[in-house]
Amino acid sequence: MIELETVSLSYEGRSVLHDISLTLTERRIAIVGSNGSGKSNFARLLNGLRLPTEGRVRVDGLDTRSAGREVRRKVGFVFQNPDNQIVFPLVSEDVAFGLKNQRVAPAERDRLVKEILTHYDLWSLRDHPSHNLSGGQKQLLAIAGVLVMQPDYVVMDEPTTLLDLRNKLRIERAIAALAQTTIVVTHDLDLISDFDRVIVFDRGRILADDCPGPALRRYVGAMQDA
Amino acid sequence: MLDLYIPGQSALHRLAPGWKILGLLLAGSLLFALDQIGFSLLLGAFTLGLYALAGFGPHQVWTQLRPALWVFALIFLAQVLFVDWRVGIFVIIRFAVLLLLAGLLTLTTRSSEILDGFEKGMAPLRRFGVQTEKVSLAISLTLRFIPVLAAVVQEVREAQRTRGLERNLVALALPSLIRTLRMSEEISDAIDARGF
Amino acid sequence: MKTKDIVLISLFAALTAALGLIPQIMLPIGVPITAQSMGVMLAGAVLGAKRGSLAIVLFLGLVAAGLPLLSGGRGGAAVFFGASGGFLIGFPIGAFVIGFLFDRHRGKPPMLMSILYVLVGGIGVVYLIGVPWLAEVAALPLEKAFIGSAGFLPGDAIKAILAAIVARAVRRALPAL
Repeated sequence: MIELETVSLSYEGRSVLHDISLTLTERRIAIVGSNGSGKSNFARLLNGLRLPTEGRVRVDGLDTRSAGREVRRKVGFVFQNPDNQIVFPLVSEDVAFGLKNQRVAPAERDRLVKEILTHYDLWSLRDHPSHNLSGGQKQLLAIAGVLVMQPDYVVMDEPTTLLDLRNKLRIERAIAALAQTTIVVTHDLDLISDFDRVIVFDRGRILADDCPGPALRRYVGAMQDA
Repeated sequence: MLDLYIPGQSALHRLAPGWKILGLLLAGSLLFALDQIGFSLLLGAFTLGLYALAGFGPHQVWTQLRPALWVFALIFLAQVLFVDWRVGIFVIIRFAVLLLLAGLLTLTTRSSEILDGFEKGMAPLRRFGVQTEKVSLAISLTLRFIPVLAAVVQEVREAQRTRGLERNLVALALPSLIRTLRMSEEISDAIDARGF
Repeated sequence: MKTKDIVLISLFAALTAALGLIPQIMLPIGVPITAQSMGVMLAGAVLGAKRGSLAIVLFLGLVAAGLPLLSGGRGGAAVFFGASGGFLIGFPIGAFVIGFLFDRHRGKPPMLMSILYVLVGGIGVVYLIGVPWLAEVAALPLEKAFIGSAGFLPGDAIKAILAAIVARAVRRALPAL
């Protein structure tokens, strides 16, 4: 369970989130909102990449402020642009990075890397330069690099925005198959039609918090009024 | 990644990079410390022997020296004008031997091996608070982002060409630089998110 | 050193390599310029003394390890023993001095000061190491070695001015670096 208690956030001198209180327990949660609504910063609060200016964020009771390392171990994070998330020249090295940081023994590390790369159809590319993968393969690699660490929660910041239709569908299937509690920031309304909960952000506040149908109607309505 | 290494099975290829680097530094120091044409010629002959041992022919020797030819010419000219043509010949021989020896290290050693060597060589610095895993990460990151930034620079060049600015260095460097710096935020978040 | 600093150092090393892929640009007055050595000046002026010089050390480390990252596709241990080896060694020290001078100001120094700083670090310091090195390997008197290098001065001076302009613009666009 992820809990936010009266959270406000200022970042780089601007106030981006105001007085947000939420409890996240559902298996599939979507965060939508226009550009600059604060949703990306909200996502970064959930694993302690940003710390709240006021209030607090807790993951299974752990405060992101005082237990950042444990929280990041529990909450995996997938970024919008895989090019900024893949940090090693070779595919297998990149997947192993998180495990090395967790000090997993080499033999176990190799086993886990092989398992996840096989799962995402990337095993044959393990010694390839990550730079040469297609956009969809890069995003799968980024997801693999996070999931190999076996997080309890996965947060994704617009994982399909930069992809073409075919790769978008691939990533959507991968997300649907995740066993973890998954929180996705997205503009991709197809992806979230069967989600359990949709939270709509507008200018740093929550505009709607409901099941997909009513929440998205509020969102579209607000965008048309604006 | 492109590498100047040429694969082979010779004893030189198999020799640990540390010994090769040490040998190169030693030979280079001796060349200047002894300062005699006899030693330079001897070492030159020895170096050519090493090229043969590594399985490289005259073509490879020529490839190593060719880029330096105009420098040789300039040095020789300067020596003839200001000092003595015999010194000029000596200096060029010494220079050529040094370039060939250094080239041999590069030709017979994978860059990844040398980089591993750097990382291992840094281990004693741990005692002085150097965090070697950060150095390793920096090396990997650089290798990872060279092709990414090459693509960024290429895109900027094409965009500026359509505006007739492809010869304007500010118009090339500034957007490339700003895009690079903007990326840095998300990359460092991504590294921290994976528990570094 | 924070993760962000490591990333900036690495990205600057990679950018300096990427700038080496731009072919030489011939300026209207007939002076050829490579974008790569501007990377050295920019590293100091944008990242400051410590991070800027480390970025260039990292870049040269990869070159020494045998990657052909210098403009024109040159690389390997030999380039450090060549005639211009001293200039390469001077690069990170020059970047350090430029960064040190820029770091003394909060925000960005005035235009003329910026240019002066890049000239001092990017040319003064680099030549101070490069020229005696050249004199040694070519067995030439110091002043002759200097005359031999002076042909590059106009191009380097123009680069220093451009680097100062770019660095100031970056410091304005991204003050929280």
